[in-house]
Amino acid sequence: MGSLLEVNNLTTSFYTRNGCVRAVNDVSFNLRKGETLGIVGESGSGKSVTCYSLMGLIPQPPGKIEGGEALFDGVDLLRCGAKALRRIRGKRMSMIFQDPMTSLNPYLKVSTQIMEPLRIHEQLSKKEALSRGIEALESVGISEASKRIHCYPHEFSGGMRQRVMIAMALITHPELLIADEPTTALDVTVQAQILELIRARQRAEGSAVIIVTHDLGVVAGMCDRINVMYAGKIVETGTAEDVFDRPIHPYTVALQRSIPSLGIKGKPLYTIPGLPPDLSVPIAGDAFALREGLTNGGQWLETPPPMKALSATHWVRECDVVLPELEALNDVR
Amino acid sequence: MSGDAFLELEEVCTYFPVTKGFIRRRKVGELRAVDGISLKIREGEILGLVGESGCGKTTLSRTIMQLQPATSGRVILDGKVLTSLTESEVGAERIHFQMIFQDPYASLNPRMTVYDTLAESISRKHRMKGSAMVDAVAELMRTVGLNAAQMKKYPHEFSGGQRQRIAIARALGPEPKLIIADEPVSALDVSIQSQILNLLNRLVQERGLTMIFISHDLSVVKYIADRIAVMYAGQLVELGDAVEVMEHPVHPYTQALISAIPVPDPHIERSRTRVVLEGDPPLSMTLTGGQPARKVQMTEVSPGHYAADGKRFLSERKFQR
Repeated sequence: MGSLLEVNNLTTSFYTRNGCVRAVNDVSFNLRKGETLGIVGESGSGKSVTCYSLMGLIPQPPGKIEGGEALFDGVDLLRCGAKALRRIRGKRMSMIFQDPMTSLNPYLKVSTQIMEPLRIHEQLSKKEALSRGIEALESVGISEASKRIHCYPHEFSGGMRQRVMIAMALITHPELLIADEPTTALDVTVQAQILELIRARQRAEGSAVIIVTHDLGVVAGMCDRINVMYAGKIVETGTAEDVFDRPIHPYTVALQRSIPSLGIKGKPLYTIPGLPPDLSVPIAGDAFALREGLTNGGQWLETPPPMKALSATHWVRECDVVLPELEALNDVR
Repeated sequence: MSGDAFLELEEVCTYFPVTKGFIRRRKVGELRAVDGISLKIREGEILGLVGESGCGKTTLSRTIMQLQPATSGRVILDGKVLTSLTESEVGAERIHFQMIFQDPYASLNPRMTVYDTLAESISRKHRMKGSAMVDAVAELMRTVGLNAAQMKKYPHEFSGGQRQRIAIARALGPEPKLIIADEPVSALDVSIQSQILNLLNRLVQERGLTMIFISHDLSVVKYIADRIAVMYAGQLVELGDAVEVMEHPVHPYTQALISAIPVPDPHIERSRTRVVLEGDPPLSMTLTGGQPARKVQMTEVSPGHYAADGKRFLSERKFQR
């Protein structure tokens, strides 16, 4: 299958008072039709900025897309201009945001918001758009959709609002759906519902999905491939089996070891020492090696570590960091 | 249950009036947020309280804290009946129980430095001034793993995990006996979550604290709690040893909650069948003149493991397998 989306050397920076923050630094990946890609990493690792760059949602200034390309079915999303992007965004690719409380307009009825993409992209009449909107709400499991569509967002619960967001994002049958932490603000039970829903809709529509999350449990079941990001760069990429069964990069290993559900009762949990780096300070070498409390071989302090291939699907950035043992971790820092 | 109860809840109920009308407000019913909860917590124990949003976990914690008066029932902390105290007496008692909130961005005063925040909380128990207070604040910051040199900074200068440490330090200031942590790690990254959980665990052990740990995430609760109490629609449906409840859940709601946890392993995750609960939990609202509170009886299924009958739950919620 051909690539639907091909991102090459994407670099996005923000020019702030404290200097230039390189939020995304030389990120490349591709996504085939119908595939699910997970992007995981800590806050500030550049996962959301990657998606926002693709959607053309980076405020410029202070943001700036410094370079690279993002080919969506042959069209470079980064350079095609606002008009061409508007024809794709909301029609062929759409996005679900983290917080359904703030991403719906509280002043507009759900019907107005859900019909908008249809009116704009498919030039449907109000009547046709309304019936499509009701169908879309039904397909995400909202009962009495013909009545509920005329409600305002505050009349829905958190999980229901996220369903409305999904219905809205999928109403134009997009080829690519980007979900930025779609379940972080939700309960575990609602999270299971929403993930199941995204999966079912994806199967039905055959769309490709990018899921951004910090929860490794979410990506394990959903994703075909996983990108692990640290300090604006991809440090490991591979199939879900590659990343979960054979993690190589110490950051991936540490992330996995720190999951609370894998912790042994009565023993401290594994934690990653130190804090993510300040991206406004240029980093010449391996950003992870600079993390406080980690020991490294000193090989990648001056030169950026390259990616190396372990198999056709599994790529890892070179890293000579040695993770401390659990016993050596001092909880109090 | 062995040992003396440190915190005891006796048939605690918290109802909110449901009113209608704009000018002449009439009470048309009541929302039973907490509906007859009885619970005993031993000294030094960590009790995990789990349930969906809207099930009454937070109202229960606010009732224990006496931030929300109980409609009926008694809350007994260390032999003192809190529910029968006057407001000023509660204020004096309150230094013995402190709370940690979910969102460390919202729960700290942005205009107060770390020193101001912590000094205020310490001074509720110990009157100190000048260098003695600076030393006490520095000591407290070190306890929670913060650099004491940063005490003159404001909350916005810290990361989410560090802010949660400040919030924990503030709760520890008056040397409380009981801490209620309301979703203390839900807003944090996985890597920071484990740091905060380690810190809480260590503090409980070192200081002999008793803690109620509220969360919707059973995987976190299983790790940290000694016992788990599962709440559904204002009532307890299951209570027991944490490992026992996780491995042998009896009530269908507990089973559904456990089934909803994503497992960080692609092989297990792809092959398992999961029980997905549909819709939202029902609001236990009754109108005036409606039926009286439905009493849920918990039966002991194995020593120390109690569960309610799942029939009512099964009739109210839809499942998808």
